[in-house]
Amino acid sequence: MAHAVAHEGQQHPIRLYLIVWGWLFILSACSYLVDYFQLHGLLRWSLILLFMALKAGLIVAVFMHMAWERLALTCAILLPPLAVLVFVGIMVFEADYTLFTRAEFFGGR
Amino acid sequence: MPDVAPADTQDSMTQPTGWRSLAADWSSDQRAFRSASWGKAMMWIFLLSDTFIFSCFLISYMTVRMSTVVPWPNPSEVFALEIGGTKVPLILIAIMTFVLISSSGTMAMAVNFAYRHDRVRTAVLMLATAVFGATFVGMQAFEWTKLIHEGVRPWENPWGAEQFGSAFFMITGFHGTHVTIGVIFLLLMARKVWRGDFNQQRKGFFTSRKGRWEIVEITGLYWHFVDLVWVFIFALFYLW
Repeated sequence: MAHAVAHEGQQHPIRLYLIVWGWLFILSACSYLVDYFQLHGLLRWSLILLFMALKAGLIVAVFMHMAWERLALTCAILLPPLAVLVFVGIMVFEADYTLFTRAEFFGGR
Repeated sequence: MPDVAPADTQDSMTQPTGWRSLAADWSSDQRAFRSASWGKAMMWIFLLSDTFIFSCFLISYMTVRMSTVVPWPNPSEVFALEIGGTKVPLILIAIMTFVLISSSGTMAMAVNFAYRHDRVRTAVLMLATAVFGATFVGMQAFEWTKLIHEGVRPWENPWGAEQFGSAFFMITGFHGTHVTIGVIFLLLMARKVWRGDFNQQRKGFFTSRKGRWEIVEITGLYWHFVDLVWVFIFALFYLW
Protein backbone atom coordinates (compact mmCIF):
# COMPACT_ATOMS: atom_id res chain seq x y z
CA MET A 1 0.00 0.00 0.00
CA ALA A 2 2.79 2.39 0.90
CA HIS A 3 4.54 2.22 -2.44
CA ALA A 4 1.51 3.53 -4.31
CA VAL A 5 1.85 6.92 -2.60
CA ALA A 6 5.51 6.67 -1.75
CA HIS A 7 6.41 10.29 -2.43
CA GLU A 8 3.69 12.07 -0.55
CA GLY A 9 4.46 13.82 2.71
CA GLN A 10 6.51 12.43 5.53
CA GLN A 11 6.99 8.67 5.26
CA HIS A 12 8.94 7.02 8.02
CA PRO A 13 8.76 3.52 9.45
CA ILE A 14 6.32 3.05 12.35
CA ARG A 15 9.19 1.45 14.26
CA LEU A 16 10.92 4.84 14.52
CA TYR A 17 7.87 6.36 16.22
CA LEU A 18 7.60 3.46 18.63
CA ILE A 19 11.26 3.82 19.61
CA VAL A 20 10.86 7.55 20.21
CA TRP A 21 7.67 6.89 22.16
CA GLY A 22 9.59 4.41 24.33
CA TRP A 23 12.37 6.92 24.95
CA LEU A 24 9.88 9.62 25.90
CA PHE A 25 8.41 7.23 28.48
CA ILE A 26 11.86 6.41 29.85
CA LEU A 27 12.88 10.07 30.04
CA SER A 28 9.60 11.06 31.72
CA ALA A 29 10.03 8.26 34.23
CA CYS A 30 13.58 9.49 34.91
CA SER A 31 12.44 13.06 35.49
CA TYR A 32 9.70 11.80 37.82
CA LEU A 33 12.28 9.76 39.74
CA VAL A 34 14.33 12.94 40.26
CA ASP A 35 11.43 14.18 42.36
CA TYR A 36 10.59 10.80 43.89
CA PHE A 37 14.09 10.36 45.30
CA GLN A 38 14.11 14.00 46.44
CA LEU A 39 17.36 14.92 44.74
CA HIS A 40 18.40 18.48 45.54
CA GLY A 41 20.67 21.27 44.46
CA LEU A 42 22.66 21.39 41.27
CA LEU A 43 22.12 17.70 40.52
CA ARG A 44 18.35 18.14 40.55
CA TRP A 45 18.34 21.21 38.29
CA SER A 46 20.78 19.79 35.80
CA LEU A 47 18.90 16.48 35.55
CA ILE A 48 15.53 18.22 35.16
CA LEU A 49 16.86 20.47 32.41
CA LEU A 50 18.66 17.62 30.68
CA PHE A 51 15.60 15.36 30.54
CA MET A 52 13.45 18.33 29.48
CA ALA A 53 15.79 19.21 26.62
CA LEU A 54 16.04 15.61 25.43
CA LYS A 55 12.26 15.13 25.45
CA ALA A 56 11.64 18.43 23.67
CA GLY A 57 14.29 17.57 21.10
CA LEU A 58 12.78 14.16 20.35
CA ILE A 59 9.28 15.57 19.98
CA VAL A 60 10.31 18.41 17.67
CA ALA A 61 12.79 16.41 15.59
CA VAL A 62 10.88 13.17 15.07
CA PHE A 63 7.21 13.60 15.94
CA MET A 64 7.01 17.04 14.35
CA HIS A 65 9.34 15.95 11.51
CA MET A 66 11.66 18.95 11.90
CA ALA A 67 14.64 16.66 11.24
CA TRP A 68 13.43 16.16 7.66
CA GLU A 69 12.42 19.72 6.82
CA ARG A 70 14.64 21.98 4.79
CA LEU A 71 17.05 24.22 6.65
CA ALA A 72 15.11 27.36 5.59
CA LEU A 73 12.07 26.28 7.65
CA THR A 74 14.09 24.82 10.51
CA CYS A 75 16.00 28.06 11.04
CA ALA A 76 12.90 30.24 10.67
CA ILE A 77 11.12 28.31 13.41
CA LEU A 78 13.86 27.19 15.79
CA LEU A 79 16.12 30.25 15.93
CA PRO A 80 13.61 32.94 17.09
CA PRO A 81 12.83 31.12 20.38
CA LEU A 82 16.50 31.57 21.32
CA ALA A 83 15.63 35.24 21.88
CA VAL A 84 13.57 33.98 24.82
CA LEU A 85 16.83 33.09 26.57
CA VAL A 86 17.84 36.75 26.43
CA PHE A 87 14.47 37.63 27.96
CA VAL A 88 15.10 35.07 30.71
CA GLY A 89 18.44 36.72 31.39
CA ILE A 90 16.87 40.17 31.64
CA MET A 91 14.18 38.95 34.02
CA VAL A 92 16.65 37.10 36.23
CA PHE A 93 18.47 40.40 36.64
CA GLU A 94 15.18 42.20 37.32
CA ALA A 95 13.97 39.57 39.82
CA ASP A 96 17.24 39.71 41.73
CA TYR A 97 16.89 43.47 41.99
CA THR A 98 13.28 43.19 43.21
CA LEU A 99 14.31 40.65 45.81
CA PHE A 100 17.13 42.90 46.92
CA THR A 101 14.85 45.92 47.37
CA ARG A 102 12.27 43.83 49.23
CA ALA A 103 14.86 42.41 51.58
CA GLU A 104 16.68 45.69 52.08
CA PHE A 105 13.82 48.20 52.38
CA PHE A 106 10.69 46.24 53.26
CA GLY A 107 12.02 44.05 56.02
CA GLY A 108 11.82 40.75 54.20
CA ARG A 109 14.40 38.16 55.01
CA MET B 1 0.24 30.35 -3.23
CA PRO B 2 -0.05 26.71 -4.27
CA ASP B 3 -1.73 24.28 -1.90
CA VAL B 4 0.87 21.60 -2.21
CA ALA B 5 4.60 21.97 -1.86
CA PRO B 6 6.01 21.61 -5.38
CA ALA B 7 7.79 18.35 -5.95
CA ASP B 8 11.48 18.71 -6.56
CA THR B 9 11.79 17.48 -10.11
CA GLN B 10 14.72 17.93 -12.41
CA ASP B 11 16.34 20.68 -10.41
CA SER B 12 16.95 18.34 -7.50
CA MET B 13 20.30 17.56 -9.07
CA THR B 14 21.45 21.16 -9.05
CA GLN B 15 19.79 22.13 -5.78
CA PRO B 16 22.27 23.24 -3.17
CA THR B 17 22.32 21.44 0.14
CA GLY B 18 23.19 22.40 3.70
CA TRP B 19 23.74 26.07 4.49
CA ARG B 20 23.77 27.00 0.81
CA SER B 21 20.22 25.68 0.57
CA LEU B 22 19.20 28.16 3.27
CA ALA B 23 20.55 31.10 1.27
CA ALA B 24 19.10 29.73 -1.96
CA ASP B 25 15.62 29.16 -0.50
CA TRP B 26 15.38 32.53 1.20
CA SER B 27 16.67 34.42 -1.82
CA SER B 28 14.47 32.61 -4.32
CA ASP B 29 12.00 35.54 -4.54
CA GLN B 30 9.12 33.06 -4.68
CA ARG B 31 8.67 30.80 -1.73
CA ALA B 32 11.13 30.32 1.07
CA PHE B 33 9.64 27.10 2.42
CA ARG B 34 10.02 24.80 -0.54
CA SER B 35 9.31 21.58 1.30
CA ALA B 36 6.29 22.85 3.21
CA SER B 37 2.85 23.75 1.90
CA TRP B 38 1.34 27.04 3.03
CA GLY B 39 -0.81 25.17 5.55
CA LYS B 40 2.13 23.54 7.24
CA ALA B 41 4.23 26.71 7.17
CA MET B 42 1.38 28.73 8.69
CA MET B 43 0.85 26.16 11.45
CA TRP B 44 4.56 26.32 12.27
CA ILE B 45 4.48 30.12 12.37
CA PHE B 46 1.41 30.03 14.61
CA LEU B 47 3.18 27.57 16.90
CA LEU B 48 6.18 29.88 17.02
CA SER B 49 3.95 32.72 18.20
CA ASP B 50 2.36 30.39 20.75
CA THR B 51 5.85 29.51 21.97
CA PHE B 52 6.36 33.16 22.83
CA ILE B 53 3.07 33.31 24.72
CA PHE B 54 3.93 30.30 26.86
CA SER B 55 7.47 31.64 27.30
CA CYS B 56 6.02 34.86 28.71
CA PHE B 57 3.94 32.89 31.22
CA LEU B 58 6.86 30.74 32.30
CA ILE B 59 9.20 33.73 32.52
CA SER B 60 6.74 35.69 34.64
CA TYR B 61 6.40 32.63 36.87
CA MET B 62 10.20 32.53 37.19
CA THR B 63 10.29 36.25 38.00
CA VAL B 64 7.71 36.10 40.80
CA ARG B 65 9.22 32.93 42.24
CA MET B 66 12.72 34.41 42.29
CA SER B 67 11.71 37.74 43.75
CA THR B 68 9.38 36.67 46.58
CA VAL B 69 10.68 36.78 50.13
CA VAL B 70 8.09 34.21 51.24
CA PRO B 71 9.01 30.55 50.68
CA TRP B 72 7.51 28.95 47.56
CA PRO B 73 5.11 26.04 48.26
CA ASN B 74 6.79 22.69 47.60
CA PRO B 75 5.05 21.29 44.49
CA SER B 76 6.17 17.79 45.38
CA GLU B 77 3.94 17.94 48.48
CA VAL B 78 1.19 20.13 47.07
CA PHE B 79 0.52 17.71 44.21
CA ALA B 80 0.94 14.53 46.24
CA LEU B 81 -1.93 12.07 46.34
CA GLU B 82 -2.72 9.63 49.12
CA ILE B 83 -2.81 6.12 47.71
CA GLY B 84 -3.36 3.24 50.15
CA GLY B 85 -2.44 5.32 53.16
CA THR B 86 0.91 6.56 51.81
CA LYS B 87 1.55 9.91 50.16
CA VAL B 88 2.97 9.52 46.69
CA PRO B 89 4.55 12.77 45.47
CA LEU B 90 3.41 14.25 42.16
CA ILE B 91 1.77 11.00 41.10
CA LEU B 92 -1.20 12.57 39.31
CA ILE B 93 1.10 14.86 37.34
CA ALA B 94 3.28 11.89 36.38
CA ILE B 95 0.23 9.99 35.11
CA MET B 96 -0.92 13.07 33.18
CA THR B 97 2.53 13.27 31.60
CA PHE B 98 2.39 9.65 30.48
CA VAL B 99 -1.14 10.09 29.13
CA LEU B 100 -0.06 13.09 27.05
CA ILE B 101 3.04 11.33 25.73
CA SER B 102 0.91 8.34 24.75
CA SER B 103 -1.43 10.65 22.89
CA SER B 104 1.57 12.05 21.02
CA GLY B 105 2.59 8.52 20.06
CA THR B 106 -0.83 7.65 18.66
CA MET B 107 -0.90 10.99 16.82
CA ALA B 108 2.47 10.34 15.19
CA MET B 109 1.21 6.99 13.94
CA ALA B 110 -2.03 8.56 12.71
CA VAL B 111 0.02 10.94 10.55
CA ASN B 112 1.94 7.98 9.18
CA PHE B 113 -1.20 6.07 8.23
CA ALA B 114 -2.73 9.23 6.78
CA TYR B 115 0.07 9.46 4.22
CA ARG B 116 -0.63 5.84 3.30
CA HIS B 117 -4.28 6.89 2.77
CA ASP B 118 -5.40 4.34 5.35
CA ARG B 119 -8.74 5.88 6.22
CA VAL B 120 -9.81 3.58 9.06
CA ARG B 121 -6.53 3.32 10.96
CA THR B 122 -5.93 7.08 10.71
CA ALA B 123 -9.38 7.88 12.09
CA VAL B 124 -9.11 5.32 14.90
CA LEU B 125 -5.68 6.58 15.95
CA MET B 126 -6.89 10.18 15.87
CA LEU B 127 -9.86 9.23 18.03
CA ALA B 128 -7.50 7.44 20.45
CA THR B 129 -5.44 10.64 20.60
CA ALA B 130 -8.58 12.64 21.34
CA VAL B 131 -9.55 10.21 24.12
CA PHE B 132 -6.11 10.54 25.72
CA GLY B 133 -6.41 14.31 25.44
CA ALA B 134 -9.85 14.33 27.04
CA THR B 135 -8.51 12.09 29.84
CA PHE B 136 -5.74 14.60 30.43
CA VAL B 137 -8.19 17.49 30.67
CA GLY B 138 -10.35 15.43 33.03
CA MET B 139 -7.44 14.78 35.35
CA GLN B 140 -6.53 18.44 35.24
CA ALA B 141 -10.09 19.34 36.24
CA PHE B 142 -9.75 16.90 39.16
CA GLU B 143 -6.47 18.54 40.18
CA TRP B 144 -7.95 22.04 40.02
CA THR B 145 -10.96 20.93 42.08
CA LYS B 146 -8.70 19.40 44.72
CA LEU B 147 -6.51 22.49 45.00
CA ILE B 148 -9.47 24.86 45.11
CA HIS B 149 -10.97 22.79 47.93
CA GLU B 150 -7.66 23.05 49.78
CA GLY B 151 -7.90 26.81 49.56
CA VAL B 152 -5.65 27.69 46.65
CA ARG B 153 -6.71 30.95 45.02
CA PRO B 154 -4.92 33.20 42.57
CA TRP B 155 -4.27 35.56 45.47
CA GLU B 156 -3.58 33.17 48.37
CA ASN B 157 -2.83 29.63 49.40
CA PRO B 158 -2.22 27.85 52.71
CA TRP B 159 1.44 27.00 52.13
CA GLY B 160 3.47 30.03 51.15
CA ALA B 161 3.99 32.65 48.47
CA GLU B 162 0.68 34.01 47.14
CA GLN B 163 2.00 34.09 43.59
CA PHE B 164 1.89 30.29 43.48
CA GLY B 165 -1.86 30.25 42.81
CA SER B 166 -1.88 32.82 40.03
CA ALA B 167 1.07 31.20 38.27
CA PHE B 168 -0.49 27.75 38.60
CA PHE B 169 -3.96 28.66 37.35
CA MET B 170 -2.66 30.82 34.52
CA ILE B 171 -0.10 28.37 33.16
CA THR B 172 -2.03 25.11 33.54
CA GLY B 173 -5.28 26.80 32.57
CA PHE B 174 -3.86 28.13 29.33
CA HIS B 175 -2.30 24.77 28.56
CA GLY B 176 -5.55 22.94 29.37
CA THR B 177 -7.38 25.28 27.00
CA HIS B 178 -4.93 24.33 24.28
CA VAL B 179 -5.51 20.64 24.94
CA THR B 180 -9.28 21.14 24.82
CA ILE B 181 -9.07 22.98 21.50
CA GLY B 182 -6.79 20.23 20.24
CA VAL B 183 -9.34 17.56 21.17
CA ILE B 184 -12.06 19.43 19.27
CA PHE B 185 -9.74 19.90 16.28
CA LEU B 186 -8.88 16.18 16.35
CA LEU B 187 -12.52 15.11 16.48
CA LEU B 188 -13.43 17.35 13.53
CA MET B 189 -10.54 16.07 11.43
CA ALA B 190 -11.12 12.44 12.42
CA ARG B 191 -14.69 12.81 11.17
CA LYS B 192 -13.45 14.09 7.83
CA VAL B 193 -10.97 11.25 7.56
CA TRP B 194 -13.57 8.65 8.54
CA ARG B 195 -16.06 9.98 5.99
CA GLY B 196 -13.42 9.73 3.29
CA ASP B 197 -13.34 13.43 2.43
CA PHE B 198 -9.75 13.26 1.24
CA ASN B 199 -10.35 10.27 -1.02
CA GLN B 200 -13.50 11.67 -2.60
CA GLN B 201 -12.12 15.21 -2.92
CA ARG B 202 -15.09 16.47 -0.96
CA LYS B 203 -15.12 20.22 -0.46
CA GLY B 204 -14.79 21.66 3.01
CA PHE B 205 -17.76 23.28 4.73
CA PHE B 206 -15.99 26.55 5.56
CA THR B 207 -13.36 26.74 2.88
CA SER B 208 -15.22 25.21 -0.11
CA ARG B 209 -11.88 23.77 -1.08
CA LYS B 210 -10.79 20.19 -1.36
CA GLY B 211 -9.04 18.92 1.72
CA ARG B 212 -5.85 16.94 1.62
CA TRP B 213 -4.38 14.20 3.77
CA GLU B 214 -1.76 16.68 4.88
CA ILE B 215 -4.26 18.21 7.30
CA VAL B 216 -3.65 15.20 9.52
CA GLU B 217 0.01 16.13 9.78
CA ILE B 218 -0.89 19.77 10.45
CA THR B 219 -3.31 18.70 13.20
CA GLY B 220 -0.48 16.53 14.48
CA LEU B 221 1.90 19.49 14.61
CA TYR B 222 -0.52 21.34 16.87
CA TRP B 223 -1.03 18.28 19.06
CA HIS B 224 2.69 17.58 19.47
CA PHE B 225 3.19 21.22 20.36
CA VAL B 226 0.70 20.87 23.20
CA ASP B 227 2.72 17.90 24.45
CA LEU B 228 5.92 19.90 23.99
CA VAL B 229 4.63 22.74 26.14
CA TRP B 230 3.69 20.25 28.85
CA VAL B 231 7.30 18.98 28.87
CA PHE B 232 8.40 22.48 29.85
CA ILE B 233 5.58 23.03 32.35
CA PHE B 234 6.27 19.65 33.98
CA ALA B 235 9.98 20.41 34.32
CA LEU B 236 9.85 24.07 35.28
CA PHE B 237 6.66 24.33 37.33
CA TYR B 238 6.12 20.91 38.89
CA LEU B 239 9.64 19.54 39.30
CA TRP B 240 11.69 22.66 39.94
